[in-house]
Amino acid sequence: MHELSIVAGLFETLLEQAATHGARKVTAVTLRMGKLSGVVPELLESAFDMYKKGTIAEEAKLWVVDVPLRIRCRACGKEAEIQSYVFLCDACASPDIEILQGTDMILERIELETDDPAAG
Amino acid sequence: MAIKDVIVLADLLGTNKKIAADIRAELERRGILATNLLSSPGAGKTSLLEQIAVRLRDTARMAVIEGDIETERDAERIRAKGVPAWQITTGGACHLEAKMIAKVLPQVPPDVEFLFIENVGNLVCPASYELGESLRIVLLSTPEGDDKPKKYPKAFTTSDVLVLTKADLLPHVPFDVEKVKAEALELNPRLRIFVISAVTGQGVDELIAFLVGRRRELQAPHA
Repeated sequence: MHELSIVAGLFETLLEQAATHGARKVTAVTLRMGKLSGVVPELLESAFDMYKKGTIAEEAKLWVVDVPLRIRCRACGKEAEIQSYVFLCDACASPDIEILQGTDMILERIELETDDPAAG
Repeated sequence: MAIKDVIVLADLLGTNKKIAADIRAELERRGILATNLLSSPGAGKTSLLEQIAVRLRDTARMAVIEGDIETERDAERIRAKGVPAWQITTGGACHLEAKMIAKVLPQVPPDVEFLFIENVGNLVCPASYELGESLRIVLLSTPEGDDKPKKYPKAFTTSDVLVLTKADLLPHVPFDVEKVKAEALELNPRLRIFVISAVTGQGVDELIAFLVGRRRELQAPHA
């Protein structure tokens, strides 16, 4: 259960971004979660809801987009999605593969409410 | 009032990754092979380190950083083998983070050749946090069962080495070594696998020979 420490890091970034853009509220947060990011989305959502109380993101809606695991075979060049954690090329069975996506947790975008109409 | 949509594209573990990258660069420059040991509680991380200590301490300089939620017990066990050890107590956190390692590093003597970092016992969370290691070892003990690699994929896909521990118990527990090897290699085809027993000493010399080889590779570009 390391979701809380991830959310703590997320809030540091949220506060920085809000300050940079002169926002008074964060109204929405979109995360991209890799299938192999090591995080349970439900736990992350609970941690987010707990953490946001009393912050400028108190009313923020959290969107979590699932990102599948995709690989590219270095032997034959084929790209494929990994479903069952078998890290072999499904075309030529080579183990020499690189992971293209699906291992990270990315803060993709945030929606802010600002006082300045020109900033919109 | 206005609504503003900001594209951020920030890695949520970016700060940890950056600190880990700095640690890795520093340790590799100093010729130190840093190894991060991951497993569930009780799989035998400390027992393996004790076995490595008694075999390696006369020929090489090693040091250990111990991670636990509470107590100094593991560091005391390592010090009893004549090897310097530092205990990090996380006070509840289920994993070590790179910034915790960065705090301890100034105490590690400059002539150390092998630095082992024993993570908090947990097969899930530590897998997401790089600590600046050059080598990651995941341990799985025979009593835990042979179904674990596919249940905890991240620990196995992010590791370089799998050590199957408590091999002396194989006659007494249902644990299919070949099945585990096959499933672990499906998850991670470049895994090196060792079968050891901290009780009989089986396999420990082979693992140490591998570590010595990896440290030599680390030094080669700087030689």
